[in-house]
Amino acid sequence: MPPGVPSGDGASVLTRADFSSDQDVRWCPGCGDYAILATVQRLMPELGVPRENLVFISGIGCSSRFPYYMNTYGMHSIHGRAPTIVTGLKTARPELDVWMITGDGDSLSIGGNHIIHIMRRNVDVQIIMFNNQIYGLTKGQYSPTSEIGKVTKSTPFGSIDHPFNPIALVLGADAPFAARTMDRDPKHMKEILRKAHDFKGTGFVEVYQNCNIFNDGAFFDYTEKATKSDRAIFFEHGKPLTYAGGTRGLRLDGFNLEDIDLESGEWGVDDCLVYDETSRELATILARVYWREELPQPFGVFYREERPTYDAQVNDQVNAVIERSGKGSLEDLLAEGDTWLVE
Amino acid sequence: MSSKTVETLPEATVLFAGDSGDGMQLTGTQFTLATAHAMNDLATLPDFPAEIRAPVGTTYGVSGFQLHFGSVDIRTPGDEVDLLVAMNPAALVVNLDRVKPGGTILVNSNSFEKKDLKLANLKENPLEDGSLDKYRVIQVELTRLTRETLKDSGLDHKAIDRSKNMFALGLSLWLYSRPIEPAQRWLTTKFAKKPDIRDANLELLKKGYHFGETTEQFVTRYEVTPATLPPGRYRAVQGVQALAMGIVAAADKSGLPITYGSYPITPASDLLHALSRYKNHGIMTIQAEDEIAAIGMTIGASFGGSLGITGTSGPGIALKGEAMGLAHILELPLVIVNVQRGGPSTGLPTKTEQSDLMQALFGRNGDAPMPVIAASTPGDCFEAAYEACRIAVKYMTPVVLLSDGYLANGSEPWLIPDPDSLHDFPVEFATEFNAEEEGEEVFWPYVRDEQTLARPWAKPGTPNLEHRVGGLEKADKTGNVSYDAANHEKMIKLRTEKVERVQQDMKPLEIFGDEDADLLIIGWGSTRGAIEAGVTRALNAGHKAAAVHLRWVNPLPADLGEVLSRFSTYLVPELNNGQLVRILRDRYLLPFEAMNKIQGRPFGPSEIERKIAEMVG
Ligand SMILES: Cc1ncc(C[n+]2csc(CCOP(=O)(O)OP(=O)(O)O)c2C)c(N)n1
Ligand code: SF4
Ligand SMILES: [Mg+2]
Repeated sequence: MPPGVPSGDGASVLTRADFSSDQDVRWCPGCGDYAILATVQRLMPELGVPRENLVFISGIGCSSRFPYYMNTYGMHSIHGRAPTIVTGLKTARPELDVWMITGDGDSLSIGGNHIIHIMRRNVDVQIIMFNNQIYGLTKGQYSPTSEIGKVTKSTPFGSIDHPFNPIALVLGADAPFAARTMDRDPKHMKEILRKAHDFKGTGFVEVYQNCNIFNDGAFFDYTEKATKSDRAIFFEHGKPLTYAGGTRGLRLDGFNLEDIDLESGEWGVDDCLVYDETSRELATILARVYWREELPQPFGVFYREERPTYDAQVNDQVNAVIERSGKGSLEDLLAEGDTWLVE
Repeated sequence: MSSKTVETLPEATVLFAGDSGDGMQLTGTQFTLATAHAMNDLATLPDFPAEIRAPVGTTYGVSGFQLHFGSVDIRTPGDEVDLLVAMNPAALVVNLDRVKPGGTILVNSNSFEKKDLKLANLKENPLEDGSLDKYRVIQVELTRLTRETLKDSGLDHKAIDRSKNMFALGLSLWLYSRPIEPAQRWLTTKFAKKPDIRDANLELLKKGYHFGETTEQFVTRYEVTPATLPPGRYRAVQGVQALAMGIVAAADKSGLPITYGSYPITPASDLLHALSRYKNHGIMTIQAEDEIAAIGMTIGASFGGSLGITGTSGPGIALKGEAMGLAHILELPLVIVNVQRGGPSTGLPTKTEQSDLMQALFGRNGDAPMPVIAASTPGDCFEAAYEACRIAVKYMTPVVLLSDGYLANGSEPWLIPDPDSLHDFPVEFATEFNAEEEGEEVFWPYVRDEQTLARPWAKPGTPNLEHRVGGLEKADKTGNVSYDAANHEKMIKLRTEKVERVQQDMKPLEIFGDEDADLLIIGWGSTRGAIEAGVTRALNAGHKAAAVHLRWVNPLPADLGEVLSRFSTYLVPELNNGQLVRILRDRYLLPFEAMNKIQGRPFGPSEIERKIAEMVG
């Protein structure tokens, strides 16, 4: 059946159900992945993109099963290589709306090379990186985002690898759009994903995702009611950095952020840093606020920089060559250069 | 006219050798062009060091270009060299064993000073110690003559010395009565913006040509009359060019956009260079961050309805293995080009070898067969590439296209094909539902065509055909993830059977040589010329032998078993340590004898001839 029901003006209106495939979702009950799937399925009808133009491509991991559950075009590929597949697809078919799904291991370990290159190229796709700070699918080894000292099956005495900070990493690779959100805040997640989609270029979104089986509670400080308000700061472009119900804020002291008490009388909202998501310098400072005792963890769009996309430029170059030298003739090409006739 | 006697030869082999900086590749290419204009049949073998600019005068910095031409059918770049042009002692030392006894060696006598000899690890001067007695040695003061010719050119010392290859080229053209005009035309266009260099080179070229006429060192000049090639318009083509044009032809005839993804590697980079110029022929090229990315991008392009092609050499194929398996299970069209070089590991990057056959056939996890096609001559790379693309789309499968360093860099006269004569290349994308589920029409991505077992190609953007594919095993027809044991076995067999069905698209095998012989030689890839030339020589010497050449190495042709049954002894020559021979032994349980050469160089016909004589003589 064609998707959607006709609306008053004849255009079909899609609903969340139109984006659910007929496959049973096989994540563990309670896994944060469910919330991300539901949010994406709810967002889709609002984007107004014809369903046939949507493509979800993933690597390997629990998170990468995602495309099977979306009733769109999709591919579950191989570990770490999704950035390469979306680059080829989007470059060949720039009119498609391409989403990439990946995990912290998939994108930062085995796929580390590709993730940096898609950033610098600026391929016009959205990347949702499910960060659960663990290898879920292989049953719980530490990942490149796991904290030092992590005790897992492969690190019974604690891991000694220094973890990656994904936002800082992609900014280092000249990501044109980098944002962070969390599974337990679907409203925020949806808005961030919408912004990533609206952005023309690689929209990288890190989602803190709870793996309740192998790394339960990794982000609870930031995501749970009791502590969220004091430990997480939701920042926005053009707004002052405040949190804890507006009672606290962050001000810039040189290159450092300082946590200030807005109720002490010493500081006011005007002292807080007003965020500018187009500033590479501010993005760098804020991205480095990472698992810090003395500062709240930031969620929002760290950076946005409009620049030409790879897919558009590749196609522009092809068109420019055709414009300059005309559509190539096979016959002429075959007979190019010095030729001679044998009678 | 000339006071020299002119001797007509049926064929000749010339080898230009010198430092990487001596311009030997250019000299060889220009000699080739002149030879093509003289309407000879020809085959070339460039041979360069892995180092870009190895220290001057050393043996490991020697670069060579060998050319075999004749009025007769030329199938290889030549066994034994008739004329070696050696620009320095190192070039002489490295190539001496290739010169036929009684052959001519032309040396730049100015470069045989003590220091030059030392660089080539020579204690004595070979021009003086009698070690070259069995050759005819012609000493030409190339450096001095060049400097003298250009003393008023205004060029600096370095530029002058660098041009001495033009003198050598002129002299060689004279010696074999080749036209000088093609080289003149080339220099005129190439240096149009640098008139001083253009004029200096033109002057030297002419001086070299006239030098032959005036010097008393030459009493004989040679002539090689035109070959009798099938009528038509010809050009000289290098394998890599032919391969690139085969891909363009596929884009043209199929109407499919092509995405070529690659990461630079010798000797496959030239394919990326060539294709990146063909943007207005519907070819998009991407230089990826590594070979895995290159194949990933092309899989993405194929999923989107383009034809993805990725090219590399053995080490790159090793990296692509996992993604090749993905393309196999997705059942998307894809062409994977391997321009083979000497392995293992980095091996001999600039030398030729056929040692990636097993890798092409089996180098993946799981049972993941794919059609493997091998080009047999530089010109044949065109048709092999076209066929690889056509079969990939027709059967919805990745196809491996094997070339090698010799084919890629070698050249031959090529009868320019008429695009209309190419095989049809229809492409059909799915647009409709193709199954019924619980009373509703649906699209199932793994329903198969009865004849080819190909699945439908439904590209994103097609309404109602939304579907998911992936690397997990899929249920027959629906394509849904399935861990069912019986289904898995069924799918493995189905995908294998589909690849086997490519047999339907093969031409019947042709037997070369004496059909009544006992001995059959089975070859694949670039050894074809040497094998068939060797068989011809053996037949002329009164030995009975036949040869069959495999264009497809997987699947093996349906009629191969029957062909084999007509013979009783079998020889399998390969430029590796014995790979096809194992496949054949396994499949046909016949006593195939291996003949292996693993020296970074092609077989010569005489090696094949000797082996035949040994087996049947
Ligand atoms: C080439 C390869 N190496 C290893 C694996 C095994 N493997 C599957 S998923 C995975 C880690 C996944 O971790 P992550 O990307 O964080 O995804 P999650 O399961 O946590 O969502 C590994 C190592 C594989 N599938 N392929
Ligand atoms: S293992 Fe963890 S990440 Fe994977 S499905 Fe279960 S809860 Fe989710
Ligand atoms: Mg993970």
